[in-house]
Amino acid sequence: MDGAPPPAGRFAKTALVARRERAQTVAKWIFGAMSLAMVLPLLAIVSYLLVRAWPSLGWEFLADIPRKGMREGGIWPAFVGTLYLVGISLAVAAPIGVLAAIYLNEYARENWFNRVINMAVINLAGVPSIVHALFGLGAFVYAARFGFSILSASLTLAIMTLPVIIASTREALASVPRAFREACWNVGATRWQTIRAVVLPNSISGILTGIILQVSRAAGETAPIMFTGAVFFKAVQRGDLFPYRLGDQCMALSMHLYTVSTQVPNVKESIPYATAVVLLGSVLLVNATAIAARVWLRGRKKW
Amino acid sequence: MSATSPAVEVADLRLAYGIKEVLHGISFAIERNEIFAVIGPAQSGKTSLLRCLNRTIDLVPEAAVTGTVRVDGSDVRRVKDVFGLRRKVGMVAPLPVGLPLSIYDNVAFAPRCAGVRARNDLDSVVERCLRQAALWDEVKDRLGSLGTALSGGQQQRLTIARALSHQPEILCLDEFSIAIDPVTTMRIEDVLKELRGEMTIVLVTNLVQQARRLADRTMFLWNGDIVELDATEVIFSDHPADRRTLDYVNGIFG
Repeated sequence: MDGAPPPAGRFAKTALVARRERAQTVAKWIFGAMSLAMVLPLLAIVSYLLVRAWPSLGWEFLADIPRKGMREGGIWPAFVGTLYLVGISLAVAAPIGVLAAIYLNEYARENWFNRVINMAVINLAGVPSIVHALFGLGAFVYAARFGFSILSASLTLAIMTLPVIIASTREALASVPRAFREACWNVGATRWQTIRAVVLPNSISGILTGIILQVSRAAGETAPIMFTGAVFFKAVQRGDLFPYRLGDQCMALSMHLYTVSTQVPNVKESIPYATAVVLLGSVLLVNATAIAARVWLRGRKKW
Repeated sequence: MSATSPAVEVADLRLAYGIKEVLHGISFAIERNEIFAVIGPAQSGKTSLLRCLNRTIDLVPEAAVTGTVRVDGSDVRRVKDVFGLRRKVGMVAPLPVGLPLSIYDNVAFAPRCAGVRARNDLDSVVERCLRQAALWDEVKDRLGSLGTALSGGQQQRLTIARALSHQPEILCLDEFSIAIDPVTTMRIEDVLKELRGEMTIVLVTNLVQQARRLADRTMFLWNGDIVELDATEVIFSDHPADRRTLDYVNGIFG
């Protein structure tokens, strides 16, 4: 019958409810599609690289040295060089960054001096890497007389990652509720006892994640190391784990990728792609470790 | 330090956060081993007053304190060992805070901070305090599980056990019952009655009837001034000295 009232019942669907439900569904699909759109480029990049790199990929490519003027062979010196650079830069930046963040978040009072430090940290994080490169060149290579070396390049990378480590560590520390700290102070604990017993154990996962994410950033940067210690080619024994000393120049994956892509004619076609796969693969491996560590540590989180 | 000095002696205490003064020069004394209630509406300065007793007010950046607070006869601003002072003044916060540690470690935390290491000593402290806080029977079989996993009422008793673990001479409770159920509240009130005579108890509360049930003397603090301080029977009688007291305890304002 036309114009009949909607079916009775107190929870019958009215026009308004139906419209709301439709809006809900549309919103869900749009947000879902956007999330998917984020994943697609990554998949596209990875699969494209893998396909193009396939002819060269293998342990042989990783462990061999470049041959015939880098037109063939592997990338061992560049791979080890990147390990050195990233390892040393983190060994410098992580302790300084974490300790500085603990000071800023747990001890520092609100005054002009600490505001200046805060401003410096924030602005330093926004400085482009090529400017860090120039600074590293002036400060470490020339002023400190470290020369073009692994040391200079690592320190430049450390300067670059430091502010981000400080910022991420502070965020992790700030996520521990203040009530916990006050409870500790109330029973006569010093600030350090409070930090050790309660603050650090509950922020360590965030702190570690912040540090490890800087690995990928340090590994991928080209400009800072190009100015301060990375070279096109360095003769190294095949598979040698300790080919460099601190004062040596070194090869690096990011630099090598630039070289074989643009500077050397007639390179075997798959070599740049394989280099990129190794760089990406190492970074993803490190990130996966970070995620695993976070999951494990969060499982132990206690509130 | 003489046995005759009051437990707490406050003289002309002023406290300001920035330009906003919250305590306007108050003076009073708390006798040894009494239960001393502080009542008053929100924003009266009750919690700030407690923070002045154990100098956790130092940890509030913009707070400025003048006047003197003497705990056990000594000026708190002059004590060399502020951590010792805080152990002397136990503090229980309004919201239960189980530290993210095991139940055992929650109670053993303060003795450990004070340097106690021997397992036997810690064991006996933990058991004594949990018994005093009426929590022992519920948790004695799972001392290793997390303090944060307890229910709100249990966590508040855990907080009290922690405050007792450093053997305070003064126990301050800041509106301990606002987040817990009435049954637990009554249990804790029983605990306080048992502690009466062993230590001085400062009870800050929004529930005027709680002060009436427990306190020997009651102070009515309002907007940073003492309206009235007298024996609890007088405060809750029909004829307190100040008309506002009568109105407040009868729920007419505040």
